[in-house]
Amino acid sequence: MQRKNVLLWISAALVYLFLYLPLVLVVVFSFNDSRLNAEWVGFTWKWYGKLFHNQEMLTAAMNSLIIAGVSAAVATVLGTLAGLAMEQSRLRLLQMLVLAPIAMPEILMGVSLLVLFIMVNMTLGLLSIMLAHITFCIGFVALAVQARISSMDPGLVEAARDLGASPWRCFREITLPLLMPGILAGALMAFTLSIDDFVITFFTAGVGSSTLPLQIYSMVKIAVTPEVNAVSTLLMLLTLVVITVASRLSPTVFRGE
Amino acid sequence: MQGKSWSKYLLSLPPMAYLLIFFAAPTLIMLFASFRYPGEYGGLAPWYVHENGRLTFDLTLENWQRLLCTDIYLRLFVKSIGYAVAATLICMVMGYPLALMIARSSRKSRDLLLLLVILPFWSNFLVRIYAWMIIFSPVGALTRMLNGVLALFGAGPITLMYSPTAMLVCLVYVHLPFMVLPLYANLEKHDLDLLDAAQDLGAGKWRRFWLITWPLSLSGVTAGSILVFIPVLGMFAIPDLLGGTDGIMIGNVIKQQFMESRDWPFGSVLSMVLTVTAVAVVLLGSRLGQRR
Repeated sequence: MQRKNVLLWISAALVYLFLYLPLVLVVVFSFNDSRLNAEWVGFTWKWYGKLFHNQEMLTAAMNSLIIAGVSAAVATVLGTLAGLAMEQSRLRLLQMLVLAPIAMPEILMGVSLLVLFIMVNMTLGLLSIMLAHITFCIGFVALAVQARISSMDPGLVEAARDLGASPWRCFREITLPLLMPGILAGALMAFTLSIDDFVITFFTAGVGSSTLPLQIYSMVKIAVTPEVNAVSTLLMLLTLVVITVASRLSPTVFRGE
Repeated sequence: MQGKSWSKYLLSLPPMAYLLIFFAAPTLIMLFASFRYPGEYGGLAPWYVHENGRLTFDLTLENWQRLLCTDIYLRLFVKSIGYAVAATLICMVMGYPLALMIARSSRKSRDLLLLLVILPFWSNFLVRIYAWMIIFSPVGALTRMLNGVLALFGAGPITLMYSPTAMLVCLVYVHLPFMVLPLYANLEKHDLDLLDAAQDLGAGKWRRFWLITWPLSLSGVTAGSILVFIPVLGMFAIPDLLGGTDGIMIGNVIKQQFMESRDWPFGSVLSMVLTVTAVAVVLLGSRLGQRR
């Protein structure tokens, strides 16, 4: 039978502590009635109240949602196509194009897109951010879709074809419904990746438009304030909800398998 | 079956076109930009001049020479690689026991334990950095406690914030899940009968680990190391917010060239070096992975 190794358990527990303690501190101090994130003074909602009166923050949040919505939608369509194509044929170029953006350091995509946008005289703003976000989301959606396809029974499609269904009908009535959980999981993953992205947005945003992570960055650069804790807590809550839904839809995608 | 090969190219066309325009082209444009002159007000200068019906090209090797002339940038690269190696090693030391523990626990609890590793990873990147800014802050409990202890021994107060140590802790914190996931995926597949057989033959706990588990897990170790090493190497936000004047990495200088000093050609040179390094590491890693 299996060995229970005490040393192993203790070290694992310490790593979990290391992973969670910082985030717990952020959440706890968001309810703390003190400007300093130093010691507990008393409970308050005021940082959340302040947040909802901070016009810049609200605009940034709105921008983040619009960008994430549009980018996730477009990336889902393109990523699904890429996933299907990757499964059907081993196109080396496509595989490289889909996987390389995931493997490269983010800063490279950020600066190279900045150069591209400026070269074609594009004004940096919401559109340039969306184009950039779609670029890095495609790969993640493609992988989610591909994972789903490979777990599918190819016999179903063959059976339908044998029974005389056209390829299009086959796709619409068998492949697509079966793929749906993978596609939705990919879409939600793209949405959270977009909402969370800082590095690539930083380079492609220009001066006029801000997103939540950019807003947090500029606040944190100046000073550490509990308002940042409050917005962080809300952002964590949002991501948590989206990811819970996504992992229900397609458990395998989120296990790094 | 004839329509099939045609349709698969049709399927791949839109994503391929998109990625060619927004990923492949920008990378090539950057390579080209590294041979151009900087513009007068930042950006890039025109790369050709049309004068009296004659076309002359305005390209240069100066940007690359600048990289090689002084050792400032090469040193910075070495230093960044050093930080990336350190972060990778620490992630491995911390992540391995965790991955092993999850892989050896009951099937039912594995999903939950793994989810607990992934969850912090899905909280915003900046929030995770910010969390460490709170912990390392000079008014924070940790700094005051440390200084209290140091004062007992008559040592002067120290600051944790804005130091390479703070930066390294945060680099490890942010990238730890990248190490744990591939390690777990590997360790979970091990045949436990091998360990039992070794035990029956009298091998101790450590011997079993070093002779069986560790060698079998090397492909997971390689995968995890690449996944940690590459993003850390290109990092700029963590050194920016936590590193102070000593904790500067190559990402900071790239950011500086594009956003502050606006010397795009030189920024492109540094980006190309980073690209080549990352590609080399990936190729080396997959070569190592294949051999096993």
